[in-house]
Amino acid sequence: MIEAIKGALLLTGSLFMLLAAVGLLRLPDLLTRMHATTKAAALGVILIMLAAAMHFSEVGVVARSFAIILFILMTAPVAAHVIGRAGYFVGSRLWSGTVKDELRPNYDPLTHELKSGLETQENAKRQPRATDPD
Amino acid sequence: MDTVLLISQVIMGLALILAFVRVVRGPSLPDRVVALELFSTTVVGLVGVYAIQSGVASFLDAAIVIALMGFLAAIGFARFLERGGPRDD
Repeated sequence: MIEAIKGALLLTGSLFMLLAAVGLLRLPDLLTRMHATTKAAALGVILIMLAAAMHFSEVGVVARSFAIILFILMTAPVAAHVIGRAGYFVGSRLWSGTVKDELRPNYDPLTHELKSGLETQENAKRQPRATDPD
Repeated sequence: MDTVLLISQVIMGLALILAFVRVVRGPSLPDRVVALELFSTTVVGLVGVYAIQSGVASFLDAAIVIALMGFLAAIGFARFLERGGPRDD
């Protein structure tokens, strides 16, 4: 039983890593690539470390593998945020099919000053929809 | 169990190859940094599988160190990019 669970965890973990690599290779721009790698690779490491914890089943090893899981869970979002921010400022091109870039009208890349959406003239006006009651 | 270990190692090796293709082709430096981070994460997984295969639990310490180095490298690259140093993509 334990063996079967271990094998399933190992296979799903490595398949998630392969999925992250395929997404890194196939997706069109920096942000979508990061969206593929960060989550899928972190999930793959988590599953493999769970398999390692089940394999050894000693207190020290289980604590160490849970420490790895906690570390990955804490550092992967931070690293992705920092790289994405740097990539946006460096001016990496967005995909041609990008629908919306909310940061571009409200952010000054030179002074790093962010206006809230309510302060700009166009956004402050109320834009009623046709479906509104009054 | 040995077959499952071998299969997962082969799959992760394939993932490493695909990430390396992105390192070579990536049009800009941030793409390469993302690919290198995926590299370090995949190597952490490979070391975990090798710890199971060899039965030596101390390899998990090496996995911790590799994860730490990958994180620090990503932070360093991002700071370098934001400072706007000279670079040749």
